[in-house]
Amino acid sequence: MHELSIAMGILEITEEESERRGGVHVDAIHLRLGPLSGVAKEALLSAWQLASEQTEFESSRLVIEEVPIAVFCSRCQAERPVQSVQHMCCAECDTPSMEVLHGRELLVSALELAE
Amino acid sequence: MSAQPIIQPRIVEVRHNILKRNDELAHDLRRRFQEAGVFVVSLVSSPGSGKTAFLEKTLTLLKQRQYRPAALVGDLATDNDAARLARSQAPVKQITTGTLCHLEAAMIDKALEDWRLDELDFLFIENVGNLVCPSSYDLGEDLRLVLLSVTEGEDKPLKYPTIFNSSDVAVVTKLDLADAVEFDWNAANANIQAVRPGMPVLRVSSKTGEGMDEWLATLPYRAATKRSG
Repeated sequence: MHELSIAMGILEITEEESERRGGVHVDAIHLRLGPLSGVAKEALLSAWQLASEQTEFESSRLVIEEVPIAVFCSRCQAERPVQSVQHMCCAECDTPSMEVLHGRELLVSALELAE
Repeated sequence: MSAQPIIQPRIVEVRHNILKRNDELAHDLRRRFQEAGVFVVSLVSSPGSGKTAFLEKTLTLLKQRQYRPAALVGDLATDNDAARLARSQAPVKQITTGTLCHLEAAMIDKALEDWRLDELDFLFIENVGNLVCPSSYDLGEDLRLVLLSVTEGEDKPLKYPTIFNSSDVAVVTKLDLADAVEFDWNAANANIQAVRPGMPVLRVSSKTGEGMDEWLATLPYRAATKRSG
């Protein structure tokens, strides 16, 4: 259960960004999360409640955008989705690929600020 | 017809890797390892899959071959693993993580404070036994091994695809028990290749020594490739 460490990281980033803007309140925090990041969405949402409790971001929502895995397919010569995380082959032509272009994301991508 | 003012939240785009601090520290460690000429291998697996036995054998054989190996070992609470590894005569240091389920770059950095890296050829980092959490954390290693024992079942890679996907080499351990548990090598290998196409797979028995030569033979080659690269 390392999602709590991840949630603390999100809190730190949010605090820094808020401070940089004169302590503005953050309504929501947008994340981009890939299946290969090693972080589970549900666990992260629970961990966020714990981490943000009794901080000024207690009411800030986490908005998680799940980023599907994409690889470079050597046969298609293009970016392609995979069949699944258990079957890392091009969804179009079934060629195995290890060149992961997306799916490892673990990012804070945007903040919704209160006016 | 007057337009109602629409109150829109002000959205600012940012781009922060949540593990940025760990990644920066891991990057710094990698640079220090490179400068000192030490090749760094980390090991991940579930508890009880034979990381410590594999590492003890590896350290002992490397010592016999006149290399200078050392190990850092992560453990939740005990120093049993470090005590076992110390039998190899290689320098070993315990990192007690308490309740933390994985190692982070900062722990490696701290554990190395009083070690001279340029006096080492190989540094091994044994992660906490866990197939989930360690996958997110870069430790500055050159090579990440994921161990899978024959007694765990062939479908482990499908159950934990992320850790297999973030590793470089799979090591199937406890080969001496393969017949007893009717281990299906083809199924295991197919599952490994499905989650990480092209992944090299080693088969070893730390007990009988089978497969250890093949594993050790790859190390100096990999280390030399790193130094020249």
